[in-house]
Amino acid sequence: MPNIRFRLNGAETEIDADPDTPLLTVLRSQLGLTGSHFGCGAGECGACMVLVDDHALTSCDAPLWSVANKAVTTIEGLGSEQHPHALQRAFIAEQALQCGYCLSGIMMSAAALLKRNTNPTTAEVKAALDRNLCRCGSHNRMVRAVLRAAAEMRTS
Amino acid sequence: MEHELQKVSVSLAVNPKLSSWINFAEGKVIVSPGKVEIGQGIVTALAQIAADELDVDISRIEMVRAATPASPNEGVTSGSLSVQHSGRAIRFACAEIRQIFLNAAAERLGVAPDVLTITDGNIAGPGNVSTSYWELAGDISLDRDATAGAQPKSSAQRTLAGHSLQRLDIPDKVFGRPRFIQDSAPPGTLHGRVLRAELALARLIELNEERARKVEGLVAIVHDGNFAGVVCETEAAAEAAVTALRKGAKWSSSAALPDEDGLAEWLKQQPAVSTVIASKNATAPAAVARTIKRQYHRPYIAHGSIAPSCAMAQWDGDIVRVWTHSQGVYNLRSDLALVFKLPRENITVEHMEGAGCYGHNGADDVALDAALLAKATPGRTVRVQWSRADEMSHAPFGAAMAIEIEAGLDSDGEIASWRHTIWSNGHTARPGRAEQPTLLAASELAAPFPRAISLDPPPASGGGSDRNSVPLYDFPAWNIEAHRLTVMPVRTSALRTLGAQGNTFAIESLLDEIAVDRGEDPVAFRLRHLTDPRSRDVIQAAARRANWKPVKQDGVGYGIGFSRYKTTGAYCAAVAEVEVGEGIRVRKLTLAVDVGEAVNPDGVINQIEGGAIQATSWVLKERVRFDRTRITSSSWTEYPILRFSEVPEVEVEVISRPEIDPVGAGEAAHGPVTAAIANAVFDALGVRLRSLPITRDRLIAAMELS
Repeated sequence: MPNIRFRLNGAETEIDADPDTPLLTVLRSQLGLTGSHFGCGAGECGACMVLVDDHALTSCDAPLWSVANKAVTTIEGLGSEQHPHALQRAFIAEQALQCGYCLSGIMMSAAALLKRNTNPTTAEVKAALDRNLCRCGSHNRMVRAVLRAAAEMRTS
Repeated sequence: MEHELQKVSVSLAVNPKLSSWINFAEGKVIVSPGKVEIGQGIVTALAQIAADELDVDISRIEMVRAATPASPNEGVTSGSLSVQHSGRAIRFACAEIRQIFLNAAAERLGVAPDVLTITDGNIAGPGNVSTSYWELAGDISLDRDATAGAQPKSSAQRTLAGHSLQRLDIPDKVFGRPRFIQDSAPPGTLHGRVLRAELALARLIELNEERARKVEGLVAIVHDGNFAGVVCETEAAAEAAVTALRKGAKWSSSAALPDEDGLAEWLKQQPAVSTVIASKNATAPAAVARTIKRQYHRPYIAHGSIAPSCAMAQWDGDIVRVWTHSQGVYNLRSDLALVFKLPRENITVEHMEGAGCYGHNGADDVALDAALLAKATPGRTVRVQWSRADEMSHAPFGAAMAIEIEAGLDSDGEIASWRHTIWSNGHTARPGRAEQPTLLAASELAAPFPRAISLDPPPASGGGSDRNSVPLYDFPAWNIEAHRLTVMPVRTSALRTLGAQGNTFAIESLLDEIAVDRGEDPVAFRLRHLTDPRSRDVIQAAARRANWKPVKQDGVGYGIGFSRYKTTGAYCAAVAEVEVGEGIRVRKLTLAVDVGEAVNPDGVINQIEGGAIQATSWVLKERVRFDRTRITSSSWTEYPILRFSEVPEVEVEVISRPEIDPVGAGEAAHGPVTAAIANAVFDALGVRLRSLPITRDRLIAAMELS
């Protein structure tokens, strides 16, 4: 079985695993990156979203082979406390969550949006996040946080 | 003494030892509440209260997660009581500890206690003399019982409580650091999965383990009656093994679930325990000229946590350690002790954060699952996680309800009598409260415990089916009766608000109907029946903020709903603006809330916003689906919830009353919002829908009838 290579959070990575293994399982179990969350295993809730190249993708139903030679970014690669991404600053500023289990998937979804549109309308943000479920009802705060991050990215 | 404490704080009375709440170590203040973080921000609010009373910077506060046997036993984190119970206990404990340290400092420094000031834990007096909590801590034992003898600060003296501090748990979550139990699997941890049938109340009549035995990494297969599961070296292997085991399983079921489309009628026909909840006779009864009788219904509602339930367990001889996101570590421990027939002391249960649970979901059940599987692998920690399908079909649901209200109107059309009748399963079967365990697997074992039928908490604790069924309005007479079912084909337990959402929906819908029939404004009509100033204030504040009542437009409607949660908790009024076209869209919700002192105002707003949005989801979309043999809504496709593009704008006004003891905000919005939306739909179309959820199909059907 050939190893599968991809770029993970900026670093070349080589994985020896069944190519049909879900990417989320590899990230969490093999690589110890637990920021992407398991919610449903069927790509229906978005808690496991990561960036593959510049697109937000549910990693629970994406086989490992599908990311071969691509760039995968997880919440751990979005930014750090020392060098936070504008979205991370904005989600803290807006206190945009309650339990936060859905949060990393939502931030990755938003990150994909901001890569293609740095000046989204409220409706565009909502449309971009429509694949992500939040059960606590923090939606409006999250939309505000994404708009805040977009504004910051435009002026910096 | 205990009686005195009881008056001040129930939590302190049960857990009087000061050191069980507060300790000092290396420049830190260690705070141990018995309540747990479930996404409501409680850890931050409690830290604010402690820092305020002790005069230390909040960065010095270290919050300890609840665990048996050391943490105070505060029962279950439920009922919007965390600030009320834990907050009050911590406030009084800290006030007393502050006084104890001031007295000790005065003695050491040779000055009077009242000339000392405390700044960030440093205790200073005239002439540059100073000491600190940490310097004195070695000489002061807090292993003493609280007396509640020290008065906490007045609202004007507080500098942290009352302010919107940022939540302490948010940075971890924003940077994707492991914080949830789902993210924890210490090295060497084994992974378990439990096999559960799609059929309801199924019996496992045959289990061929052959395929599962071939899975690489399999450590154990556990089969005990109708309970079966696997333990493997990796999570992927556990998934593969349980899939293989499923292929070798044969189930049978004699379950007869109700007809989903006749649920309200079914509820009314079942055997039940009947209780008169409240009864009031008019002092001068008016003759009833006309009665108006209406029936309301809500379906079973799923908790629908985004995270599947998860737990870890480890056996060492007859000592068990369990890690859980349960809302009550002591209660879970009690039930585990019953199942394993062990003294409670043999079991430690530690809380770890999970996702929002919104009530009693699968959190406790999965902990027993983990303990049952781990028993097969002594010395090894086993982590068990449920599947999405199990989460949506085997965890308890919020109970379905049928509610009938008959109002008697006098010759002037004024309300002269009020009869409110409820048919519902009980709203709680939480563990740790009965002689028998209520955990799912307990009823699946070869030597099974009886399957627990849900009960209702007593009215003094806010009630269950009957929660918020007694009108808050000044009606001259009423009679409230609840029929709690003694059969339970569909498993129910606590979901946010228990029966309050259904009862508030019913009461506020009928009030609206009577007001409209009279040609009276629904806000004015409510105010005319309310003398309580705090009730009036939230209604007036919400109405004012929503510009009640905006000019009528085609297809747009406005409605109001009001309640005081549990009759003793937070006051909340909501105005809904809905648009009915192709579908039903809630455009805006405007709420006013009064929780007394708002310890963290943004936290209160967050809870009310979240409650309002979740209630909108319940009203417009949610209904557990089933046929006669199984729950069919076992995925997000079959159990859709509100999405970003469907979420209304939400505006919240907090009426601040810093001098009044705080109550919780987590469940205040659901009832009022439900009613406000239903009333707004009527305002838009002139059709009343009395069954939840309010969907386009039901609206069309109702319009054809009318």
